[in-house]
Amino acid sequence: MNPWIEKQRSLIDFTLASLARRKTRNLGLLAVYGLLVFVLASVMLFVHALRQEATAILDGTPEVILQRMVAGRHDLIPPGYLERIGRIRGVQAKEGRLWGYYYDPVVKANYTFMVPGHEIAPGTLHIGPGLARERGLAPGNTVSFRSYSGRLFAFTVGAVLPQKSELASADLVLLSEQDFRAFFEYPAGHYTDIALSVANPQEVRTVAAKLANALPDSRPILREEVLRTYASIFDWREGIVLTVLAGALFAFAILAWDKASGLSAEEKREIGILKAIGWETGDVIKMKFWEGTLVSLAAFLLGYVGAYLHVFRFDAALFEPVLKGWAVLYPRFSLTPAIDGLAVATLFFFTVVPYTAAVLVPIWRAATTDPDAVMRA
Amino acid sequence: MLFQPAIIALLMASALGVAMLAAAAPFAVQVIRRWDIRSGSELQLALERRTYLFSTLVTFVLAIQLVALLLFVFNADRMAVMFVGAMCAVGTLNANAYGFPALLAQMALFFLAAMWLAVNHVDTRGRDYPLVKIKYGLLVALLPVLATVLGLQWQYFANLQADVITSCCGSLFSGEAKGLSGDLSALPAKPALIGFYAALGIAIAAAGHTAWHRTFGYATAAASAVAFAAAIAGTLSFLSLYIYEHPHHHCPFCILKPEYDWQGYWLYVPLFAATAAGLSVGAIQPFRRVASLAAVIPAVTGRLAAVAAWGFLLFAAVASVMILRSNLILIE
Repeated sequence: MNPWIEKQRSLIDFTLASLARRKTRNLGLLAVYGLLVFVLASVMLFVHALRQEATAILDGTPEVILQRMVAGRHDLIPPGYLERIGRIRGVQAKEGRLWGYYYDPVVKANYTFMVPGHEIAPGTLHIGPGLARERGLAPGNTVSFRSYSGRLFAFTVGAVLPQKSELASADLVLLSEQDFRAFFEYPAGHYTDIALSVANPQEVRTVAAKLANALPDSRPILREEVLRTYASIFDWREGIVLTVLAGALFAFAILAWDKASGLSAEEKREIGILKAIGWETGDVIKMKFWEGTLVSLAAFLLGYVGAYLHVFRFDAALFEPVLKGWAVLYPRFSLTPAIDGLAVATLFFFTVVPYTAAVLVPIWRAATTDPDAVMRA
Repeated sequence: MLFQPAIIALLMASALGVAMLAAAAPFAVQVIRRWDIRSGSELQLALERRTYLFSTLVTFVLAIQLVALLLFVFNADRMAVMFVGAMCAVGTLNANAYGFPALLAQMALFFLAAMWLAVNHVDTRGRDYPLVKIKYGLLVALLPVLATVLGLQWQYFANLQADVITSCCGSLFSGEAKGLSGDLSALPAKPALIGFYAALGIAIAAAGHTAWHRTFGYATAAASAVAFAAAIAGTLSFLSLYIYEHPHHHCPFCILKPEYDWQGYWLYVPLFAATAAGLSVGAIQPFRRVASLAAVIPAVTGRLAAVAAWGFLLFAAVASVMILRSNLILIE
């Protein structure tokens, strides 16, 4: 075999034996190191999974949403507005949408009432799983809401939306157009906003510019902008958490420094003997380098696997409150496992680099001890 | 904009590197002025001991910078979603005036770091620290480069504004664009193809010869530099077209995207590794005459040249496969 590989193999062999000889000390370091990786990796995995989820959900939304503004506030789309847009090249479909919010004093939460694209029988509702849980509803049950005009409306629950869509549909109530207009006393012919689908993503901005030109009192909202906003919010939250954890990082670096510099008398003797039997300073540094690499790798692996289980098996119980936000009708959801190469590389920079930097000087001190000074002591 | 994990990591790595090199600089000056291998004085012994620390430290800093280049590009590509008009890393780097200078500085640091590491490697193999003064002289010269990288990165990341509309790669790398990128993109495919394979062939031949006979080290270094330039020009001029199967998309960064199966990493990693190895061959040639390195330098030269030859060969093979697999017909 290649003599270089042979040499490294022997060094690793020796290092492992020497690590095993000081079990408690090294296990302690490994535990702290692994815990640090675990915390950082949990944050990164969680945020990345949320970002993926947001992208997946927004994939099905219309490319452009057009709202009408009156005095800077969102207003209803009056009759004839949709026609005024006319034919814009690149727009595949345009439709008026009906949706609104309803405050339910029973559970003290806001619901989103919406008329879906498909037919729903008048008098029935399709409700989101969060709402069904909170009000204890099942298909076939009757539920009544007092509308904003004071009248009481009774509906039958036709279906509960699938659990899989809970992230987007926890507070959703789908109903027919007729019921919607009656419940909110929505003026006939009016819509909440307009959804446009554009086939070519590169034309979206042009379409939006044309819309803003044709209808100066409107505000086009682009899907890519929403996506961008989500991405920056998640990144920002992740960055904040990581910055807060920087204190832990420093503490860890100090611990690593301390552990590495607090050589026991036995260890010093060991290095002294190694040098006396012909090891060079470079060899001792190499051995210590392998020691650091092995500890780092083990901690990285343990911490990362732990974080993976934490986030995707136990739903990130430790970080939920910080990273997810809060609401009465909060969706219960499990994240789809996703590993991001960039996050792994970043995590490596955040943990292995400070560790290595912290142990460099102590390693050198140990490696340059004079054999006779140690053995005589 | 600074609250991005990858940005924090990059800045941390650069700042740590600058701090470490700055800590090493006074020692480097001391070595340059007071080093005397024949002396047995206490100072000399202390210096000899300390070289181990600072060599390890600088190796660590520079090795980190090698990885940082990859992270920088990876991150730039990922951040493209945040800028209006950006489709890939180009848009992100173009978001302000410091993006491309930061990338180029990081690339320059990459090659300089590789060369320093080669000199250091040779030096540690010699019995009498033969290159110690030169090594630390070069180290002092590297410090401003690393500081520049940190400064540019800081300026770039701190001035990133999400509401800036940047230009996409389509406008920067097109035949009509002004500047070097436009000129390279406008290169006609056929001469570029010939130049590409000629430069790579010469580099492979030179590196292969150096690997076998351990001579012509400078030629290998020069051929590597030329091959690197030709490879980048070729990527801009025709290789990217074959990968995208599109006659006008010249971007050298979009090939790094998952949509194109990260094919760019298959090209750039061997290319950068080969170029770094080739340049390193040149970096250690001046010390062939040093007595204690008489046996070491040829061996290291051979190994580095072999890496360069295999790297360029791999790059050429990957590029050829990409061209042959493509459905685009550029040259009748």
